[in-house]
Amino acid sequence: MNIQSCVEVRNEWDIVKARQSGRNIAKELGFGTVDQARITTAISELARNIYLYAGKGEVSIERTETGSKVGLKIIAADSGPGIKDIRRVMEDGFTTSGGLGAGLPGVKRLMDEFTIDSKENEGTTITAIKWLR
Amino acid sequence: MDDRDLQYEKYKSILENYLEEQSEQTLYKGQQFSRKMIEQQISPEEAVSLHVSVLEELFPDLPEPLKNSYDFLLEMMIGYGFAYREHQSLRNRQQQLESEIEVAANMQQTLLAGKKPEVDSLDIGAISKPAKKMNGDYYHFVQDENDCVSVAIADIIGKGIPAALCMSMIKYAMDSAPEQRMQPGAVLENLNRVVEQNVDPNMFITMFYGLYDSRVHSFYYAGAGHEPGFFYDSEKDQFEELFTKGLVLGVSKKTSYREYQRVLNGNDMVIMLSDGVTECRSSRGFIERDEIVAMIRKYIHLSAQEIVDSVYKELERLQEFELRDDFTLLILRRKV
Repeated sequence: MNIQSCVEVRNEWDIVKARQSGRNIAKELGFGTVDQARITTAISELARNIYLYAGKGEVSIERTETGSKVGLKIIAADSGPGIKDIRRVMEDGFTTSGGLGAGLPGVKRLMDEFTIDSKENEGTTITAIKWLR
Repeated sequence: MDDRDLQYEKYKSILENYLEEQSEQTLYKGQQFSRKMIEQQISPEEAVSLHVSVLEELFPDLPEPLKNSYDFLLEMMIGYGFAYREHQSLRNRQQQLESEIEVAANMQQTLLAGKKPEVDSLDIGAISKPAKKMNGDYYHFVQDENDCVSVAIADIIGKGIPAALCMSMIKYAMDSAPEQRMQPGAVLENLNRVVEQNVDPNMFITMFYGLYDSRVHSFYYAGAGHEPGFFYDSEKDQFEELFTKGLVLGVSKKTSYREYQRVLNGNDMVIMLSDGVTECRSSRGFIERDEIVAMIRKYIHLSAQEIVDSVYKELERLQEFELRDDFTLLILRRKV
């Protein structure tokens, strides 16, 4: 069973592709419908960030496990402009894309684990995990 | 059975009831149940999912398009869940900020609350109430070994936290020039310099500063654009305005403040206030200075503290218990 996928993100269609493969993997791993939708939304937001701010990058989705826990791991990486002030983007109410977008803090709340690495002018890598309950 | 199963069973029974008979009572039960779900922080997508799973159990032969439409609804609700969680997190943060401000406000109180002096020849009343948590009004008494009492009342234009921070500075500036205490004009000139140099140009401070020398029963005072106080002449039974000439603090580097003097006979009063007193608004419009005088007159047989408390209570009621500005009222009365 090949539970891994990597989608290159360059346009909005790729966001849909990333969503699709995320949903498939979530389903295969046995996530319920609510969690499937959450994972998909998280992927969607991360891919959209890449598309909007970095122009291009990739979203990998894979099965992960530690001890007795099995989960789904999303890695969204780009070599875009990077995030100057990570604390600020992790604050609620801060959003540059307008709209409701709870942005990264929203994604963090949808998932169980969330880490962000970013260097200015080098890029950003965000890793998020949802564990199977 | 865990919480989730309990919830499921409860929801199922309410929904079954409702499907049997569409009664208002069941809808009411539903409303109460939803409140409980909100308390337990159940997000919108979980609520939809709960509904769908109960529905699937009750109607195993649900048409396929209907089933699919629920998946769609679920996806829609994720967005609402997103916003809902942000709202919760912002609300937590607000509570946290509020408790921090609470701490700051308490600190401000300890910092500023000068003890009301105890002087044989004076009856003193003082009240100061912030409109919000932090007080932008300031008053301070100092009593020296000769029973001279100095009093300062100030109003920072602007309210809330910036005003409160600014006020701490004023207090510090006043404490650090004790030798000037006896000369009201010089006190204001010094403060003017401090404010001009240290405070944001669009923040202004009005102040009235006075010194009561109980050896000669004289009150020396100067003002910097502050709401004029009143002088009560008990012999004539008349209130007069305590006029002062002087620019608001912080406007111009070189400003001088004229000093005035009044002799107090027995029962004479000096009344100082902030514009929060005169800018009280009742349903009839602004409260006139005359009305304040009339209120003070009404309570004039009471002690100075009782007068300020009573005036405050009356104005609070007139404004329907919603202060629009910080409120400070001080009275010095020479005892007979």
